[in-house]
Amino acid sequence: MAQAAIELIGINKSFGAVRANRDINLEIARGTIHGIVGENGAGKSTLMSILYGFYQADSGEIRVGGNPASIKTPNDAIALGIGMVHQHFMLVDNFSVLENIILGAESDALLKRSIAKARSELERLEREYGLDVDPDAIIEELPVGLQQRVEILKALYRGAEILILDEPTGVLTPAEADHLFRILKQLKDQGKTVVLITHKLREIMAITDTVSVMRQGTMVATRETRKTTVEELAELMVGRRVLLRVEKGEAEAGAVKLAVKNLTVKDSRGVTMVDDISFDVRGGEIVGIAGVAGNGQSELLEAISGIRRAVSGSVMLDGKPIDLTGAADPGELRDRGLAHVPEDRHHVGLVLAFEENENSILGYHDDPRYLRGPFLNVDAIMADARDKIEKYDIRPGNPRLKTANFSGGNQQKIVLAREIEQDPGVLIVGQPTRGVDVGAIEFIHKRLIAMRDQGKAVLVVSVELDEIRSLSDRILVMFAGRIVGERGPEATEGELGLLMAGVERQEAAA
Amino acid sequence: MDFVNAIVQVLDSTIRLSVPLLLACLAGLFSERSGIFDIGLEGKMLVGAFAGAAAASVFHSAFIGLGMAILISVAFAMVHGFASITHRGNQIVSGVAINFIAAGSTIILGQAWFQQGGRTPALQPGERFESITAYVISNFLSTYSFSTASFADFLASIRGLILYLPALLIDALARIPGFGPIFAELVLGHSILVYFAFAMVPFTWWVLFRTRFGLRLRAVGENPAAVDTAGISVAWLRYRALICTGILTGVAGAYLSMVQNGGFVKDMTAGKGYIALAALIFAKWKPVNAMFACLLFGFLDAASIRLQGSPLPIVGKVSAQFMQALPYVLTVVLLAGFIGKAIPPRAGGVPYVKER
Ligand SMILES: Nc1ncnc2c1ncn2[C@@H]1O[C@H](COP(=O)(O)OP(=O)(O)OP(=O)(O)O)[C@@H](O)[C@H]1O
Ligand SMILES: [Mg+2]
Repeated sequence: MAQAAIELIGINKSFGAVRANRDINLEIARGTIHGIVGENGAGKSTLMSILYGFYQADSGEIRVGGNPASIKTPNDAIALGIGMVHQHFMLVDNFSVLENIILGAESDALLKRSIAKARSELERLEREYGLDVDPDAIIEELPVGLQQRVEILKALYRGAEILILDEPTGVLTPAEADHLFRILKQLKDQGKTVVLITHKLREIMAITDTVSVMRQGTMVATRETRKTTVEELAELMVGRRVLLRVEKGEAEAGAVKLAVKNLTVKDSRGVTMVDDISFDVRGGEIVGIAGVAGNGQSELLEAISGIRRAVSGSVMLDGKPIDLTGAADPGELRDRGLAHVPEDRHHVGLVLAFEENENSILGYHDDPRYLRGPFLNVDAIMADARDKIEKYDIRPGNPRLKTANFSGGNQQKIVLAREIEQDPGVLIVGQPTRGVDVGAIEFIHKRLIAMRDQGKAVLVVSVELDEIRSLSDRILVMFAGRIVGERGPEATEGELGLLMAGVERQEAAA
Repeated sequence: MDFVNAIVQVLDSTIRLSVPLLLACLAGLFSERSGIFDIGLEGKMLVGAFAGAAAASVFHSAFIGLGMAILISVAFAMVHGFASITHRGNQIVSGVAINFIAAGSTIILGQAWFQQGGRTPALQPGERFESITAYVISNFLSTYSFSTASFADFLASIRGLILYLPALLIDALARIPGFGPIFAELVLGHSILVYFAFAMVPFTWWVLFRTRFGLRLRAVGENPAAVDTAGISVAWLRYRALICTGILTGVAGAYLSMVQNGGFVKDMTAGKGYIALAALIFAKWKPVNAMFACLLFGFLDAASIRLQGSPLPIVGKVSAQFMQALPYVLTVVLLAGFIGKAIPPRAGGVPYVKER
């Protein structure tokens, strides 16, 4: 067996009453790709943040390359050759790529010289690993896939020998993810060590050498990847058998509940993002919109939910029009039975500084159920929050905890619980299971199908083809702002993939 | 000619009046760019003004006064830092508290030490910063001689030698017919702090956009987590930004009490710290814009003094209060539509806590 790049021995970490890591032992061999999987809130990000010096362990020992290491700050970690790509990117949005890369690792007190040096070094790294990015581009103008490359380049520029990636594919399209994996393999071939946290077991099987499973703060198992299976890993994670593809009966589509006609939407720069789209969603069916991120799905969702102004077209909810001037009153739409789970839970779905119970009624806070006269009925709100925590298995189960302190997947569950439990007639969901563990995916999919079976209309937008295929009764594929095809749930991945890449459309045009 | 004269005079006082605004505005720029809102510019200027005038009159030295002004102002900046960086307190509350403490303590200490109703004694020549006029320069040129009589003389001679050429050039410029007098009025005849203030504009720009410190400072105002994970201490970086702020507000205060006025008078900042903040927003947190914004506000001030009582061609008599309110009105109006969106540093006002 290869020499250990990293050994974690008896790591403990608590946040208040929450024990995020207990007695964790982990050994990561040099020159391998080591996967870490586990439920939401299992403590994966915490463990890696300790290794990176972002948090301090309460007790335990870290050894790097066989030597005991004291990692008190990220600086110590960087000096030991540890680099990390965080779950939420740590980039300065209005800086250029180069500026972000040199930040904290400037070679000179004057920027000009640091930048000149970084530029040639960056060119070398880009050539070596196929990490193409325009060094002078501004971060906020780059798609997430490229932003992530900047994060990787940042770590490599600092001479990282051990690269930690926390859920790197959560925000990537399948093609971007493939590219990322090619890069990781290349890093491994160069003798670097990669630690990969992900919820996608398929990725674990495809790329890792070893995989460790965490559950509720403990390390429950470490396996050689080729000697394990997806089913075994899922069971180890959740502690029970998991259905990776939820079973569902035939749809019994009823009346049209949501009708989109000739909808055209432009983004803030005036580029047409949704181009003359028409479709219906009937009660009792789930319509899935597949497509590579950035092909207008986000704008479509925002226009339907009244957040973004549409240029032309109409959207009818139960036969009555929705205000498309971008000034629609979301409260009114909710009253009319339209619930929306936004794609971007951090910015749109939650107020991170609020307590969990407050977020779990946000937007429905003037519902008489939660009021006592003009005041909030705290008892009712808490009871309601506890109810949702129980039903959706939100962890830690403390409705008074600040929302920012929940793990990514649990934040997603808070939003979903809030919108689904209102029992809306029409539910629009963007990326329902982004960052959510397999157990929770099973649960969320079951809930969405149950809603369908009650005769509700569900519109799901997801970049996960698996998810679209297992949920939808009808699949619409979006490319460059248009719907380029409609398929049934039996459509193959290859068929949809071609549509998503716009291949058929180009052939038709030729 | 009368008209030209009037304009030159208004422009001249524009420069004088915009200097404290400019220094305070650049001070605010350092702290806000690092993500710390600083409503306490006013208070720091005030303690600087007091400390400067008090020390200058006690020690009979303008430079000791300036040093004291900077020291005390930096100390107040550190208090703001301690409250808002180390203890993650509310930055507005801490800033307001500093303003109150400054207003109260300068009066109490002034009365206790000098018994002149909160004033400091009138500064004598040598205790305040003198203007560098055309006369001072030609006088210097005509009396300069190289002497090695004593070591002190020798040092002074060397210093004179370095200053000789620039002085010769300025002297020649001031003698050009027509241009000369205007040049002498506008560019010459100011104290050294005025030149310092304007020199700070390109310097601030250079620090912010051309140095490692500036890059980190801007980064910490936008996304402190990015700075933290890059292995740089967020707190220390912000403290350093506040030290810059303290130095500049200290100089601004010294200018008020030791140049514009011959001593400290209670509440002599009179809201300049707030106008500087308005100018900062107006300038979209950019140094060169800040200079123009401060010159504009200084000009409004100068014009209001000049126009007091005298009727204007079309609008007739304008009340002084209206002119004084104009900078604020202008900021609101211009921000509302003319200069586009002013986007403050994204992490501004939010204490940094490690979490996701
Ligand atoms: N700063 C914090 N303050 C309080 N609790 C925290 C903090 N950070 C994490 N936690 C808690 O620690 C536990 C572990 O969180 P962590 O982010 O490590 O989970 P995770 O395995 O990465 O989950 P996910 O897959 O959802 O990202 C969670 O219960 C979380 O709520
Ligand atoms: Mg995580």
